[in-house]
Amino acid sequence: MKIGAPKETMNSEARVALTPESAQRLQKLGYECVVEAGAGLAASLPDAAYEAAGVTVVGSAAELLSQADIIVKVREPSADELDAFPSNKILVSFINPASNEPLLEQMRVKNTSVLAMDMVPRISRAQKMDALSSMANIAGYRAVIEASNNFGRFFTGQMTAAGKVPPARVLVLGAGVAGLAAIGTSVSLGAITLAFDVRPEVSEQIESMGAEFVFLEFDEEQLDGAATNGYAPPSSQAFIDKQREKFRELAPSVDIVITSALIPNRPAPELWTDDMVASMKQGSVIVDLAAERGGNCALTKPGEKYVTDNGVTIVGYTDFPSRMAAQSSTLYANNIRHMIDDLTPNKDGVAVIDMEDDVIRGALVTHQGEITWPPPPPKIQAIAASAPKAKEVVETGDEKADRERRELQRSLNSTALMLGVGGFLCLALGYVAPPSFMQHFIVFVLSIFIGFHVIWGVSHSLHTPLMAITNAISSIIIVGALLQVVSGSWLVMTLASIAILIASVNIFGGFLVTRRMLAMFQRS
Amino acid sequence: MHSYEGLISAAYVVAAILFILALGGLSGQEKAKRAIWYGIIGMVLAVVATVGAAGGQWVLMGIMIALGGVGGWSIANRVQMTQMPELMAGFHSLVGLAAVFIGINAHLELTVAKAAIDSATVSELAGFAATIAAKSTVEISILKVEMVLSLFIGAITFTGSLIAYGKLAERLSSAPLTLPGRHILNLAAILLCVWLGYLYLAGGGLWTLILITLIAGALGCHLILGIGGADMPVVVSMLNSYSGWAAAAIGFTLSNDLLIVTGALVGSSGAILSYIMCKGMNRSFVSVILGGWGGESESSASISGEMREADVDSVAQELDDAGSVVIVPGYGMAVAKAQGAVSELNKKLRAKGKTVRFAIHPVAGRLPGHMNVLLAEAKVPYDFVLEMEEINHDFPQTDVVIVIGANDIVNPSAQDDPGSPIAGMPVLEVWKARTVFVCKRGRGTGYSGIENPLFFKENTQMFYGDAKASIDSLLQKIS
Repeated sequence: MKIGAPKETMNSEARVALTPESAQRLQKLGYECVVEAGAGLAASLPDAAYEAAGVTVVGSAAELLSQADIIVKVREPSADELDAFPSNKILVSFINPASNEPLLEQMRVKNTSVLAMDMVPRISRAQKMDALSSMANIAGYRAVIEASNNFGRFFTGQMTAAGKVPPARVLVLGAGVAGLAAIGTSVSLGAITLAFDVRPEVSEQIESMGAEFVFLEFDEEQLDGAATNGYAPPSSQAFIDKQREKFRELAPSVDIVITSALIPNRPAPELWTDDMVASMKQGSVIVDLAAERGGNCALTKPGEKYVTDNGVTIVGYTDFPSRMAAQSSTLYANNIRHMIDDLTPNKDGVAVIDMEDDVIRGALVTHQGEITWPPPPPKIQAIAASAPKAKEVVETGDEKADRERRELQRSLNSTALMLGVGGFLCLALGYVAPPSFMQHFIVFVLSIFIGFHVIWGVSHSLHTPLMAITNAISSIIIVGALLQVVSGSWLVMTLASIAILIASVNIFGGFLVTRRMLAMFQRS
Repeated sequence: MHSYEGLISAAYVVAAILFILALGGLSGQEKAKRAIWYGIIGMVLAVVATVGAAGGQWVLMGIMIALGGVGGWSIANRVQMTQMPELMAGFHSLVGLAAVFIGINAHLELTVAKAAIDSATVSELAGFAATIAAKSTVEISILKVEMVLSLFIGAITFTGSLIAYGKLAERLSSAPLTLPGRHILNLAAILLCVWLGYLYLAGGGLWTLILITLIAGALGCHLILGIGGADMPVVVSMLNSYSGWAAAAIGFTLSNDLLIVTGALVGSSGAILSYIMCKGMNRSFVSVILGGWGGESESSASISGEMREADVDSVAQELDDAGSVVIVPGYGMAVAKAQGAVSELNKKLRAKGKTVRFAIHPVAGRLPGHMNVLLAEAKVPYDFVLEMEEINHDFPQTDVVIVIGANDIVNPSAQDDPGSPIAGMPVLEVWKARTVFVCKRGRGTGYSGIENPLFFKENTQMFYGDAKASIDSLLQKIS
């Protein structure tokens, strides 16, 4: 079968869904590849590079659409493209099916199977096809670069001969893939980075990237991100108030705010209000990664960059990945390539749409004249619930005291039981045994107690010497043999002599070997 | 002679205190070097006092002690540190055998004493027989119980240690022997011994004692034969404990407090070591003693993925790039005698400014603390050698982990797979490091025969070959 990538028609879209590199991998899977002339130009991929990789370059989109069996794209087809779209093909592209019902309907009529790259389920096997994550990663990086571009100072603090430069303070709102990428880039540029997310379980990831988690004092039970496929759930009003209070406190002290908070199938939540913008310093920068969905900042103008009256630059671009077209094309083409790999179980250049495959089923939005969106929930939970972790945090002082008291009670109870049973046995023994025996018995029990206390203090690394030395001193049994060897019976004398002999082997051997071992232990 | 009795008791008290100090001194490496002298002085004191009080046979005693001393001295000087487990087992068997002889002697002397009482010639008795003759009837019965006990424990210690020695020295197969109905067999042996003991109390002669000794000996053989190689640390420390209890039982028989004190110290020491070892394997003491890894446990989840092999160059390359390295030694290092090469690796890496540390699992090797001794022998400073609890939380920040001849102690299924036979056992979490190299002889599973998912993890690479040869070849690649 043939895989074809047309030139993207949307204005300012510089990416392309097929690179010479991914084409070579696809050819190994048994496919032929075609590309429309000039498709990769904006991503620094000239036609010659494609030809060198064995890709056929065709002159027009119409020619390509008629030749290819599988069409790979970045943006969903526009109305014009849809009208010209041939029937009975496979389309792999970003689709955004939730707001594109006419597209689904048209594709259904054309009996085209559409795989939406933005619907790939978030399970670990599908990570290599997760185009949203690869694009978000690029957007996060680019957001910091854009911020730096519009920010008049260093990110990192410096001590120069001309004076001290304070580090920039960066606040990242929303720690999804884009947010984490922004945190990583910002930290590596040397800024003091703060980050906030409504999902408390991501605090560990934030801290592992080197940022400081902005912690909200809030009692209400938070929904675990695992319950909503790894995305943040909508917040309650009380939570939002608390959050805004915290942001207002932070606004005057941060230089750069990068927002990346999205809730699936909803407009972007408004996190950064106009009064927060007003309280920011002159020269500060806001980069709104959620601009396409209305923006997290109240003053964001989608697709635009402008400066507010109080001198705050607000960047509302919606095409961050496209601004790094070479990088994003490489990653996106790889995501597509992995998806097609999954579609080609026999590696024979024939795509098979397997409805049992969680990944394919999740991404499939139309198939065989039917709309198959939304898909049934995947069989595998995307992210393991992190319930036990949350529990630990929840334990209050009272509960802790309570638990500790219960544990203490339990251990006291078992000690009391053991003492009771032991005491009873001792009494029972004392009842039948003569005093001479009991004297020895007291010595015996006390020695065991001393033994337990002394041995617990022995360092683990000295356990072998411990065994050697206890072995040596257990040969104290020689004393018994020495007492017996003076006897009238030759048999007793013989046995006792042998016992003396073997016990002294043990004494000398045991002590010597212990000494040898201990002498070897050296400090650095 | 009578006037010296107080003096002897005083010597015994001092000896007992010195023994306690000797054991307590093992809490730190530097203190321990002094502590051993306490033990030696205590022993000399006890022996000299006893010999002085014996009133005769000095020549015989001197010859026997000298012969034994020369024997022990030459063994201890020749033994290699890798052979320490079998040496310990061998020494324990000697204590057991001595206990058996002394127990039988006690019976013989008892017979002599009885005959003397019957013929009213008590005043002619010498040594231990004279002590016995002074006892009351109840005391004699208790003495008999003590004798039976010391013979029983002594015989189990003797034969059990011999078998353990054979297994550790690889003269016997280390696989557990599982006879049909082995628990019933053990129980029957114990019941038989109890019954024979009852017969002896009721007036049975020497034959009952001999039979008890033989049956207990067979029981000891069977018990230890049924325990697999990986459980050996528990077995050796258990036998250590038994040798102590045997000494204590003899102490009761002979009414000698020094024996009782020392036996109790050694017995509790061995018991604590066994407990620590069992905790290290998350197994109950009973299940270890009853033998064998439960072959019947439900099979663990099958492992997907593939093992990837690394060659010397890639290991050297990774080590070159690493900032922090942790080395996890196991029994395989002892078998291959690779500790010298490992120490050399440590030196070379440290010279290049890398952090190198050693992680020791409590049950690594065949003896408690075995790995520490081997590394100490190879002159690895002990402050680089850390226990499991000290290092486990450091693995996520570690660049490279080298596992040398260890398997179960780094098996993640102990944490992940509740159906695994080692589920719940504390393990070294090496898989959290960036890269793990597993130095291993071949593809087989470890002693316990459990698959190790670590080998299939994405950040794990297998480095096949004899541990010493592998590390030596690695050393040449590291400039």
